[in-house]
Amino acid sequence: MKRRQFVIYGSAAFGSSLLLKACGNNPTPPANNATNTNTNTTTPPATGETIKVGILHSLTGTMAISETTVVDAEMMAIEEINAAGGVLGKKIEVIKEDGASDWPTFAEKAAKLIDQDKVVTIFGCWTSASRKAVKDVFESKNHMLWYPVQYEGQECSKNIFYTGAAPNQQIEPAVDWLLENKGKEFFLVGSDYVFPRTANTIIMEQLKAKGGKTVGEDYLPLGNTEVTPIITKIKQALPNGGVIFNSLNGDSNVAFFKQLKGAGMGPDKYPVMSVSIAEEEVKQIGKEFLLGHFAAWNYFQTVETPANTKWVQAFKAKYGADRVTNDPMEAAYIMVYLWKQAVEKAGKADDLEAVRMAAIGQTFDAPEGKVTMNGNHHIAKTVRIGEIRDDGLFNIVWSTEGPIDPVPWNQFVPTTKGFACDWSDPAKGEKYKI
Amino acid sequence: MSDLLIATFNGISIGAVLLLAALGLSVVFGLMGVINLAHGELMMLGAYTTFVVQNVFKSFGEPWFSLYIFFALPCAFLIAGLMGLMLERGVIRFLYGRPLETLLATWGVSIILQQFVRSVSWSLIIGILVFCLLFFGAFFTIKKRPDWEKIRTLFLSITIPLSLAISSVTGVIISGQEALKKPWFSARNVDVTAPQWLQGGLPLGSFQVPYSRVFIIILTVICLIATYWFLNRSNWGLRIRSVTQNRTMSACLGIPTATVDALTFSLGSGLAGIAGCAITLLGSVGPNTGQNYIVDAFMVVVVGGVGNLVGTIIAAMGLGVINYLIGSGTFALLLSPITGLESLVNIFNFFATTSMAKVLVFVIIISFLQVKPAGLFPPKGRNVEL
Repeated sequence: MKRRQFVIYGSAAFGSSLLLKACGNNPTPPANNATNTNTNTTTPPATGETIKVGILHSLTGTMAISETTVVDAEMMAIEEINAAGGVLGKKIEVIKEDGASDWPTFAEKAAKLIDQDKVVTIFGCWTSASRKAVKDVFESKNHMLWYPVQYEGQECSKNIFYTGAAPNQQIEPAVDWLLENKGKEFFLVGSDYVFPRTANTIIMEQLKAKGGKTVGEDYLPLGNTEVTPIITKIKQALPNGGVIFNSLNGDSNVAFFKQLKGAGMGPDKYPVMSVSIAEEEVKQIGKEFLLGHFAAWNYFQTVETPANTKWVQAFKAKYGADRVTNDPMEAAYIMVYLWKQAVEKAGKADDLEAVRMAAIGQTFDAPEGKVTMNGNHHIAKTVRIGEIRDDGLFNIVWSTEGPIDPVPWNQFVPTTKGFACDWSDPAKGEKYKI
Repeated sequence: MSDLLIATFNGISIGAVLLLAALGLSVVFGLMGVINLAHGELMMLGAYTTFVVQNVFKSFGEPWFSLYIFFALPCAFLIAGLMGLMLERGVIRFLYGRPLETLLATWGVSIILQQFVRSVSWSLIIGILVFCLLFFGAFFTIKKRPDWEKIRTLFLSITIPLSLAISSVTGVIISGQEALKKPWFSARNVDVTAPQWLQGGLPLGSFQVPYSRVFIIILTVICLIATYWFLNRSNWGLRIRSVTQNRTMSACLGIPTATVDALTFSLGSGLAGIAGCAITLLGSVGPNTGQNYIVDAFMVVVVGGVGNLVGTIIAAMGLGVINYLIGSGTFALLLSPITGLESLVNIFNFFATTSMAKVLVFVIIISFLQVKPAGLFPPKGRNVEL
């Protein structure tokens, strides 16, 4: 009898979970996209032909928090383009897939978008792990991915366009600025995966070359929140203060900054330079813990360009006044427009070879300033350093004069020193000796 | 010497968080033998309760805001305890004595709870309320009929789809209202700010003792004393212990075993809620918060020996101190002056990063469990019979 009761109550529970789904699945634009997991075709096919593009991000799982904001920016760009008449007179049709914060799923869904849906390009990925997982798919099928997040470099695929910063457009200028203004002794803290480890290798080589010193490094498993041992190590290594270079990702950041303040280590003696904390993350960590610390990006919401004012206004009007814009979102917005311009120059959306060649040299008046797609499939971007102020936005304390050209193969690391990448000349390609 | 003091304090403060997280689990797992994988999610509910209380107190302004944590603690205890009660009455009581099924069921519950905080909105709540009202209203009305046993299947097969349909329709209708379908928390992490007086620390030479850590240590001690008092000095504690030792005999002597089960489970869940409130001082609050603690909490309970408060305390403190000493490189530092131990120092230096320290701690635990498979203090009572 008990078992039967259980079956009945179980089916009741299952039923009510269906109900939860039914009621919960009306995503308001600001946040609820995470529940919207299914494949959905958002733009209804207009009369006549459409151009199909894929969006491949984590809509569920750990990374959904960050990646859904990027999807918002991409959708906004696509809707703007469609409202202005589309690409080559055709509307863009979006096919969204969920990578579910799981790297093999990313590869599977990328293959599905290419083979089944026959999209002409895919905008997607956030973590380096997911990009590495889909890279083989795009290369074997000779397809095209646009990737919007700053990353560790040391990669230059023919089939990927990178619109986030290469290390020389974020990490290296940040280290130079710290050496000049904040001190010579660095402690490196990062999450335990490919981006922080590669980034820290680059930083250590750079410090060696420029007279700085790495006094210690430590890595926290993703999601770990017990940072007391690290704080002790920092105090031992830097008893009189020094620079902390932080490439932690996700939840660990919250614990790190809360406990750093509890240990009495403020930005006056221990300034922290972060490369994964943007406006969205400041909101979640709590601005009182971050006040006076620094972050390096290409774009801040506080950048003063006419294009940015317009963009921020349009974004807030569409998604809500409490939303903020940040660097990966801006890079995601840019890449949709760069792709559109490349297609228009090539005259055809499905001739990928022509689109790839046409993309090189495209410029766009982006919110961060003018950007140019270089021959190495990365874009020239302005670099900025911001100090967190008490409204949770950034006070821009330093920026480069103009856009900096991207260098994907790092020039401080011995194994890649002296190499470059150029896809505008097929003879040179992915990695050639300068 | 001061190094050693600092190390002890830091080790104890890590141990206190572990202990607070494991205390409720030790009650549930230890006394009832229920493997509750939703324990972390009950902590998460406690943390979200703190977030809500904080927002309410923010609107009161100072001096109320700086005191919100004292109101958040009982609220978190109550909310998590109530959720635990629902969980016990709704799911777990059908699964006593079947640990594997309990494990799977509570894991499912933990996923439901995570998704619940991501998508909860007024329209969802109203939908659930309408369903409960219709279904349980009909259930308790019809249950009084003398031929209940006969029409039971018929009743269930009619009312469940009917109430589901009505509440879904209600949900669809009211979700037209923008304000009602806006999620309360969304999938993003929320920001819980510790009151000003908990943010700083007490300077001791070059070292600063964080107030938040001191607060958590004191809170842990209070929770321990209260739990100990409740289990060993109160009437209900006596009943809980007697049911743990011999359920059938206790039932014969007139102890309401079902109530005792529900009470024990709610107590454990409530303690999880308090732990959730405490961790907002240290880390992030998001739908995944609970998962960061559940493995460590189980580790403490297993090492300590199931169903033993003293074992849990020793295990939590031991793990905290060892984890800290290895992870911060203090071991290597302490041993380095001694000659002849260079190789040992090198080994400890190799493990002196946070992720490698975890590896070494797990190795230590595994070897420990080879020697004492049932933990520091082996269990007695109902669990042995399982």
